Amino acid sequence: MNYPISKFSSPLQRVTGLLFVMTLYVVIANTFFAPDSFWHVSDYSVTLLGKYLCYALLALSVDLVWGYCGILSLGHGAFFALGGYAMGMYLMRQIGDRGVYGNPDLPDFMVFLSWDSLPWFWMGSDSFVWMIVMVVLAPGLLAYVFGAMAFRSRVSGVYLSIMTQAMTYALLLAFYRNEMGFGGNNGLTDFKDILGFSLQSGGTRLSLFVLTTLFLGLAYFICHRIVNAKAGKVVMAIRDAESRTRFVGYNTASYKVWLFTFSAVLAGIAGALYVPQVGIINPGEFSPINSIEMVIWVAIGGRGTLYGAIVGALVVSYAKTRFTAIMPEAWLFALGGLFVLVTLLLPKGLVGLWPQVKASFLQRWPSNKEKTL
Amino acid sequence: MKPQASPVTATENLVPDTRHGVILYLENVSVSFDGFKALNDLNLYINDGELRCLIGANGAGKTTMMDVITGKTRPDTGKINFGQQIDLLKLNEAEIAQAGIGRKFQKPTVFEALSVYENLYLSLKMDKGIWCSLWHTLNGEQKDDIDRILAIIGLTDQRHGLAGNLSHGQKQWLEIGMLLAAKPRVLLVDEPVAGMTLQETERTAELLTSLAGEHSVVVVEHDMNFVRSIARTVTVLHQGSVLAEGSMAQIQSHPDVKRVYLGEESA
Amino acid sequence: MTLIKALLKLTLISVSLSAPLKAAEFENFESAVSELPQTDFKTLPALLEGIAELDDPRISALLKHLSDGEVYFLKSDKKVFYVVDQADGSAQIVDVLSGDKVADIEKKQLNKVKTNNSIRKGIGQLQAQLNINHPDPDIRLTAAREMLADVSRMSDKRLKSRLDKESDGDVLEVLTLISALKQFTQDDTESQFAALEQLDSTLEPDVRQVLITASLDTENYAPEVLAKIKDTMASIDNQRNLYSYAENIFFGLSLGSVLLLAAIGLAITFGVMGVINMAHGEMIMLGAYTTYVIQQWFPNLIEYSLLIAVPAAFIVSGTVGIIIERSVIQFLKGRPLETLLATFGVSLILQQLVRTVFSPLNRQVIAPEWMSGSWQINPVFSVTFNRLYIIVFSLVVFFMLLIFLKKSALGLHVRAVAQNRDMARALSIRSNWVDAATFGLGSGIAGIAGVVLSQLTNVGPNLGQAYIIDSFLVVVFGGVGNLWGTLVSAMTLGVLNKFLEPLTGPVMATIIVLVGLVFFIQKRPMGLFPQKGRAVE
Repeated sequence: MNYPISKFSSPLQRVTGLLFVMTLYVVIANTFFAPDSFWHVSDYSVTLLGKYLCYALLALSVDLVWGYCGILSLGHGAFFALGGYAMGMYLMRQIGDRGVYGNPDLPDFMVFLSWDSLPWFWMGSDSFVWMIVMVVLAPGLLAYVFGAMAFRSRVSGVYLSIMTQAMTYALLLAFYRNEMGFGGNNGLTDFKDILGFSLQSGGTRLSLFVLTTLFLGLAYFICHRIVNAKAGKVVMAIRDAESRTRFVGYNTASYKVWLFTFSAVLAGIAGALYVPQVGIINPGEFSPINSIEMVIWVAIGGRGTLYGAIVGALVVSYAKTRFTAIMPEAWLFALGGLFVLVTLLLPKGLVGLWPQVKASFLQRWPSNKEKTL
Repeated sequence: MKPQASPVTATENLVPDTRHGVILYLENVSVSFDGFKALNDLNLYINDGELRCLIGANGAGKTTMMDVITGKTRPDTGKINFGQQIDLLKLNEAEIAQAGIGRKFQKPTVFEALSVYENLYLSLKMDKGIWCSLWHTLNGEQKDDIDRILAIIGLTDQRHGLAGNLSHGQKQWLEIGMLLAAKPRVLLVDEPVAGMTLQETERTAELLTSLAGEHSVVVVEHDMNFVRSIARTVTVLHQGSVLAEGSMAQIQSHPDVKRVYLGEESA
Repeated sequence: MTLIKALLKLTLISVSLSAPLKAAEFENFESAVSELPQTDFKTLPALLEGIAELDDPRISALLKHLSDGEVYFLKSDKKVFYVVDQADGSAQIVDVLSGDKVADIEKKQLNKVKTNNSIRKGIGQLQAQLNINHPDPDIRLTAAREMLADVSRMSDKRLKSRLDKESDGDVLEVLTLISALKQFTQDDTESQFAALEQLDSTLEPDVRQVLITASLDTENYAPEVLAKIKDTMASIDNQRNLYSYAENIFFGLSLGSVLLLAAIGLAITFGVMGVINMAHGEMIMLGAYTTYVIQQWFPNLIEYSLLIAVPAAFIVSGTVGIIIERSVIQFLKGRPLETLLATFGVSLILQQLVRTVFSPLNRQVIAPEWMSGSWQINPVFSVTFNRLYIIVFSLVVFFMLLIFLKKSALGLHVRAVAQNRDMARALSIRSNWVDAATFGLGSGIAGIAGVVLSQLTNVGPNLGQAYIIDSFLVVVFGGVGNLWGTLVSAMTLGVLNKFLEPLTGPVMATIIVLVGLVFFIQKRPMGLFPQKGRAVE
């Protein structure tokens, strides 16, 4: 299908361009510069960057529902974690008999719990394709069922937020239990390799990083198209006046379910990319505070603009890394303070601060519209 | 092209059957909120293509009646049909709107974060499913439609401005424009001239009269001069049921009406 | 099976071993005492058993002095005396039979009645049995209960004499059980049946134990008796189940009271004002820490610490609440999602603040004496005082709040502002002031909840987090803006949780309740008791 606006409007161009340049630079600097060179990017930094970009993808998914549709999800960490667990299960099976107990079929923690066979939901988890299916299906299905029930019964606003939080909290409690069959408290870890490539090697790490940027770029492109299509306008109409949108003839519930599910799948993919890079997934990822942190990325970056979410995720994650290294005590003070200050003083986030961006945005808008419509 | 869907949502069944000349049937409709009867055994018939004015004191049930027709409120008892065959009680708000019942709210609500053009675009009569919305581009006919409506509502110059930046009166007009874009069979218009200048009021009166015939128009209005200027048939609601119905002259001489409504005004 | 049989045999043997020696029989106390000088280690126990069978008020004194080694007899005429050493080194000599002090006898004229460890132990048991005749009914009850575990320790004669005399209902009941159990151990089917009839509805765990043992003993009991035993046990278990239901309900109500206290502050700030406060849990936490600080400041007043902490916590949390309202929330009016985020930031700051000031570790809050202990209603159902107080306290707080909102001027203003802010302002109600006061009230009550929680859980920086989701769900489940709904929903959820716990374990119970609530709210977004009307969108 042809879509007139796909003549690369400015933010899209800028973000994808920047991503491309950064990826290219990291690949070159990591591979070709000597480790003691000033220009070298270490394997550690590559993985750290990869982690940040996973967060950026996650932030994008939160922004899509919150910034554009007004659905403040305090449970997106659950979708992220489910994607991560799907990947973790696959990586766990790849360990094979190299685990501590050397059991070729069962992951270590199951041997430890003296289980004698894989539970049914681990069936197929050694297949890469099945893993990909699960990364999409697990968070997608949860979001679909949850969304279908919530949005059709017109639960919205803070009610919905609290319920998403309750959802992730329930999952947190559930995944802590050993009987759930996901490694309990310790989660899934000690991964060895993916598709036969060692997770410790620099090459694999670099590839994972590149893969993450690719997914982020692709996701950005798709989100950009969605919000600029007529569907995006409907979604924004729902955000501002849902009942009015219904009277115009749109089934707002199905739009919301669809957007929520799509966003959850994005979050799941982010989780799946995250796990092989950090090497562990545990129930802590379900904790409500994680989901809240995602929201603050978007709030600080600037919700309702896709690149704002990415900027927010990168800036806050970087700040967290630095902060927790220097004075770990102060991080929660800083995070809490950021929450309060941003909501009180910066309702449009960091990118809203950038008046030039804003001005050029407003200038360009009319001409864009001419082309679109 | 489309397979036969459920009898309720199938497009072909959403065309109201008006062979009897009536497009909207409300029969024995009652709604109560915590014991307060907002509608009390209301019976009302709107003919295809007519312009009907509804008047009544505050709390007479005018807005509740519109809520009930558009699916916002479910009646406790009663029957509401669109044409002979479409049972509106089985449809939700979106389906009722798609079936061809448009509504203009008392308080103008437009999509403030979208441009005037986009507001009209979203309101156009078309497939409103997600899949279509994702890939849709405007064709020439639709663009012409929007341009024509922009001209009617006098917002051609503001077409790319945000709807949120319009004045109160302009928002009223935009909302009327959104109604027109949807090409409904029935227009429910709640206090269209509130906040409009005298001149705008006249234009609105003109517009509504011109719409009648092709569309059925139901107007709720407090401004009696406005009602006099457009009314052919007037229905007086009182305490949730019809008190009187007829031409303006008949209504004005109706003893009950004099007592409860007009009497106060003419005094 | 063989193992069980072996075990049974073992118990039978041990029973026969611990059975009393054949007791000597005596006319009266005097004749028994006159035998004392002639005894040795072997004959003394039988003699004592015989004495214990007598009904004489002087027996317990004799046993006491005997075990203390204070019983002597005159070498000359074998008359028996107590010799009690005095603090000044002298000895007081008392005639056993008359209880008169005797002055004209020297200690060296006397010989000691010798005892050893096993005899002293036997005396201890005898004393316990004698307590069955003690004037204090509570002591009699304890003694009788002890007998239940092994009814062979009580002789038929003593049982009968006691049964005839007993006036206290509770003791009589236990004695009847003892007599029924004795009858049950007789070797004829007839009396076994009769005994089982009487044991039908008892809740004593000892009786149940005897029946369980008997029900496995296919050798000594006839099949029809075994069937009857089964019936009796079923009826006993029915009774026990009934009381374990009662206990579950009680536990559930006490959990519900905690939920009620935690949620009711939120019911005001969220339900009445419409302000979502994610720092509500931290208001609870501050209340708990206030209790801790008060106990640190006044270590001598531990007994009164809770009474001081309740108003103190109300003031501390209420003040913090007012500060939050004035500094953050008032600027975010009508923007609930932003309020949610900003107050979440506040909650992070408060948590970290507590961590910095008090350390991240849990603090110990002492329970005053009057909070401990329990009220034993019957052998399987007891009510702990702390839970009982909490239920009563939460209901008191609830009704005080209800009356306050209904009757006081501030309550009227609060409701007026909640319903129509502009109109209220037009009536010269200072809506800003009302907002701050309402928020302070809600937060203060959360602080009171903290005082209560400090008695039940660990006081740590994360205390509040555990309750915030629960509190919201309670408020929403009950119907926002409806205090009665909050009461019903808190109690319902508490009881539900406690009934699920034995089936699924505590974590699963929490999960099930959470998921159930999520489903419920999706089905009925307005809660159990929705507000109706045109104003509700």
